[in-house]
Amino acid sequence: MSIELHGIVKRFGSFTAVDNVDLHIETGELLALLGPSGSGKTSLLRIISGLEAPDAGSVSFHGEDATDTHARDRQVGFVFQHYALFGHLTIFENVAFGLRVRPRRQRLPEQEIAKKVMTLLELVQLDWLSDRYPHQLSGGQRQRIALARALAVEPRVLLLDEPFGALDARVRQELRRWLRRLHDDVHVTSVFVTHDQEEALEVADRVVVMNHGRIEQIGAPADVYDHPATPFVFEFLGHVNRLPSDAANGGNAFARPHDIAVDRAPADAALAARFVHGSAIGPVARLEFALEPSAQTVNVELPRERYRELSLRPGDMAYLTPTRLHQFAAPA
Amino acid sequence: MTTETALSYPGPTPTATGEPPIVRGLLIALALAFLTLFLFVPLAFVFYEGLKKGFGVYLAAIAEPDALDAIKLTLLTAAIAVPLNLIFGVAAAWSIAKFSFRGKNLLITLIDLPFSVSPVIAGLVYVLIFGLQGWFGPGLREHDLKIIFAVPGIVLATTFVTFPFVARELIPLMQAQGTEQEEAATVLGAGGWQTFWRITLPNVKWGLLYGVILCNARAMGEFGAVSVVSGHIRGATNTLPLQVEILYNEYQFAAAFAVASLLALLALVTLALKFAVERRAHAQQLFPEIHR
Repeated sequence: MSIELHGIVKRFGSFTAVDNVDLHIETGELLALLGPSGSGKTSLLRIISGLEAPDAGSVSFHGEDATDTHARDRQVGFVFQHYALFGHLTIFENVAFGLRVRPRRQRLPEQEIAKKVMTLLELVQLDWLSDRYPHQLSGGQRQRIALARALAVEPRVLLLDEPFGALDARVRQELRRWLRRLHDDVHVTSVFVTHDQEEALEVADRVVVMNHGRIEQIGAPADVYDHPATPFVFEFLGHVNRLPSDAANGGNAFARPHDIAVDRAPADAALAARFVHGSAIGPVARLEFALEPSAQTVNVELPRERYRELSLRPGDMAYLTPTRLHQFAAPA
Repeated sequence: MTTETALSYPGPTPTATGEPPIVRGLLIALALAFLTLFLFVPLAFVFYEGLKKGFGVYLAAIAEPDALDAIKLTLLTAAIAVPLNLIFGVAAAWSIAKFSFRGKNLLITLIDLPFSVSPVIAGLVYVLIFGLQGWFGPGLREHDLKIIFAVPGIVLATTFVTFPFVARELIPLMQAQGTEQEEAATVLGAGGWQTFWRITLPNVKWGLLYGVILCNARAMGEFGAVSVVSGHIRGATNTLPLQVEILYNEYQFAAAFAVASLLALLALVTLALKFAVERRAHAQQLFPEIHR
């Protein structure tokens, strides 16, 4: 099911959380809303779900206006950041909740509810936990139960608010791959909110980068990473160095740490810098330089072998050549 | 050094806030002595005085028509005031915890009012409003309605004095729980009532029960406010606490203490229930996932 957002505005007092956002979400895609905290991504997600009403603009599902449809009638699945599982109900009853609150005429018979719940619990590989209570589960397990509960009502769209935010790094890695596979199986239109660029770039079909309530760029992960539209996107999607650039274009030049070559000998257009510090843990060596004479810090990532070859010592002079430089026109 | 520390702090692992045994002992003894002097001795004395002239006299004092009427009136008052405050408390806590609106803090302060106002004043206010010389006095007399010096006045005064109990118990609990679970229920398709009965109420049931127990104890034991509006008409407008006072003023000490022992018993039952509910709520550990 496709979703169309048009001219969405949301204010909280004098703070504008979402500022005139237009967005089209394709049927069956997995979309990431990526941005720093306060960028309006969660507000936008809640507006899609109907939990929050926009001050202006419209939401339509599959071409049908849903702006005034109540959250309970929108048929969306929502996975909350802290899962919001019902503590007094068993895992089984948590997943069955959406089926049990249906109006009597639409309610499934008990056996079918049971069958459906168990199928979902098998899908998230936790059928053996059906009679436990939420507080007896680990964070990752709760997350998957929250997902099963949201899927039980056969939502037209699945919304996830910082789905892995409260988990530790390893569980997170595992779960996001699992989510990607699950989406490929179930294929429900899904939108998830995250502030972790790695997560967004790894999992999503398309990434929407947000800042100050506005959309900075929309595109496939490789697109936004390789062809950032604004300095904000460039800086937000990974480590970056701001380099002195020609006075002529007056803008800024940016280079990623892995897009800078280091040499002992001076070369054309190379920047002179003093080596400050380096550490080689894993396949990549991280080096810190101070430009001459401004002493501005530049971070460089080199293959470990190259770092060994250079055998730099703190205080040594070196010459840096950006292999890929991004320039943005100065804002008018 | 370690051995020295271990020597001076016997028992379980010493902590930074641990005090020497003598200090601990003194503090515990002080607390116990205070409790004994102000709680256990008077409580035992009530039962001792009530039963001093024998169990027969004790029963007779309780079975006496005026005393029975007082028991009935007390039960009736509690049976009206407690459900009213249950509904009010849930509604107030729900609106304060789950919505944001102007004047919310004022509402919270107002709910606390009965705790900060002397019950006698509360009673007087009702006399001034509904009494013969009060605002509504003439109108009420025309329609032959009696509120002051009658049962409705007693129920009103009791309801006023006891209305913070349930609300006060629920507000912090509901605030701590936030609205996420309700939102989850809504998105899953639950209506307002379904969300309330299936999610909100089960989540606060122990706190609610606790509030009701305290509210009930106060409703049955209230003296000041009820005393002002009751008029002390025997067999008609006397609650248990008022009956105790009357008997005592008439030098019927054994009877007074016998009736008083009923109230003391109520207190003990309340305490036992409170203890049980607290343990139950604790053991269930319903919400370990609350983060905020």
